[in-house]
Amino acid sequence: MEMDEIQKRLIAEVADLHDIPVGAYNFRANSKLAGRNTTANIDIISKEDGTGIDIRVKPGTKKESIHIPVVISASGLKEVVYNDFYIGEDADVFIVAGCGIDNCGKQDSEHDGVHRFFIGKNAHVKYVEKHYGSGEGEGKRLLNPGTEIHMDEGSVMEMEMVQIKGVDSTHRTSTAELKAGAKLYIQERLMTHGKQEAFSVYKVVLEGDGASADIVSRSVARDDSYQKVDLGIRGDAECYGHTECDSIIMDNGRVLAVPALEANSVDASLVHEAAIGKIAGEQLDKLMTLGLTEEEAEEQIINGFLK
Amino acid sequence: MLELKNISYTVDEGENKKTIIRDLDLKIDDGRFVVITGPNGGGKSTLAKIIAGIIKPDKGQIIFNGEDITSLSITERAKKGISFAFQQPVKFKGIKVIDLLRIAAGKDLKIPEACSYLSEVGLCARDYINREVNGSLSGGELKRIEIATIIARQTSLSVFDEPEAGIDLWSFQNLTRIFEKMRKDITSGSILIISHQERILNIADEIVVIADGNVKKQGKGSEILPQIVGTDSAVDACSMLTNDGGKA
Repeated sequence: MEMDEIQKRLIAEVADLHDIPVGAYNFRANSKLAGRNTTANIDIISKEDGTGIDIRVKPGTKKESIHIPVVISASGLKEVVYNDFYIGEDADVFIVAGCGIDNCGKQDSEHDGVHRFFIGKNAHVKYVEKHYGSGEGEGKRLLNPGTEIHMDEGSVMEMEMVQIKGVDSTHRTSTAELKAGAKLYIQERLMTHGKQEAFSVYKVVLEGDGASADIVSRSVARDDSYQKVDLGIRGDAECYGHTECDSIIMDNGRVLAVPALEANSVDASLVHEAAIGKIAGEQLDKLMTLGLTEEEAEEQIINGFLK
Repeated sequence: MLELKNISYTVDEGENKKTIIRDLDLKIDDGRFVVITGPNGGGKSTLAKIIAGIIKPDKGQIIFNGEDITSLSITERAKKGISFAFQQPVKFKGIKVIDLLRIAAGKDLKIPEACSYLSEVGLCARDYINREVNGSLSGGELKRIEIATIIARQTSLSVFDEPEAGIDLWSFQNLTRIFEKMRKDITSGSILIISHQERILNIADEIVVIADGNVKKQGKGSEILPQIVGTDSAVDACSMLTNDGGKA
């Protein structure tokens, strides 16, 4: 596997990887395969038309991990990738995906990744996705991730989405369908700077009895950035859904929170909470009485909030 | 030593101006446990915030350990050795008890050290150290954590703004014990508490009565307390059980 220093740094940012991971992995750098490993239980196959990969996890696979980071360090590159995950029944796996873009050039670089999950009965998936942008060039860093989740009966998916730095524009769409007894937990952490824009849309359908979803989005909009957070849950059965959207705005940051709940069964129980506001003055005062400067206090409050 | 000289503070109330503190002079000597009391609306909490730097007075001078700190910020005063416990402890999202204690101590506090501060305020450290300082903690728990952050700072002046506010009688009795211990352990630093509670006034070296924005009485606890018992400057603990919190 050959990667330059910039690519290695991006990999470290998006996948917390400083070395080649244990388990299955697929590294993609500047639209080319940079490394792959499969295990006895996890297979990774390139799609015949070259648009992405299929990841197949055998039923009953326990405690294995899959890393599929993507890095782009060339300016002016635009790619669309489809990654499909087939998780067998009763499997229990940890998946780390992420995209890092370093754009030092003048042209825009864009990565549009679509991740589709087909999660078998009673399988358990923990999925972490990080996005990171860097580089001083004029070219924009654009990331448009799509996530499509199909959950069979009794399956569990825990998903963590983090985008803290440097992505100029992101349109994120996540959809999920949950059969009876399936449980989906989503934690989203988002911070935008400068003139960045982030759109995050969730459409979750609770189809079967006993299905539940909990979506918690925390975001910080600084400088002149803009965010739209659209959290939607539909309940078609005896189910439970909860969404929470909590945003801190600073400087000239703007946030639009759009809660949407739709109940199509009298036994559906759906809850939404949303709050937008600047950092409370008393929080700053308290940390300053402990000896922090205003800037340090702000940093502590935001770090805690996005943790 | 803390010295307030000729402090005044006025707020705008619609068209009118209301004077909260009027030409106030006050001296707090080192090694003293001082309780400031007086009727509600008399300017006590404002005075505490003026000392911490949260409120800037319109005029007057604040001298702390021989240095004029009037123009210093909250942060600078904190670094000079002033600690301030809020009447309503501030809640945070994602900041844990251990984080707050580390910020207070100004260093990467080891877990056993952090635990010792929590045990001083009667909390079992193991249950609390990783809790978030948010609404999942009760008023009494937040109050104790607030006090633990002050203990962790170990500064020469600690100001507590109405520690009894917003907690139940049971928690208050435990809180009194914490202050009794502080009183016993006092060395060179001083402790300044805003409170009308007789049980806190009872352990004061010195009592200051503030009303209408000025010092009405100041002297030894044993001399002042008998003069104010039964007034709204010195209420008994049971009055906390009434709806008005004993402040009417």
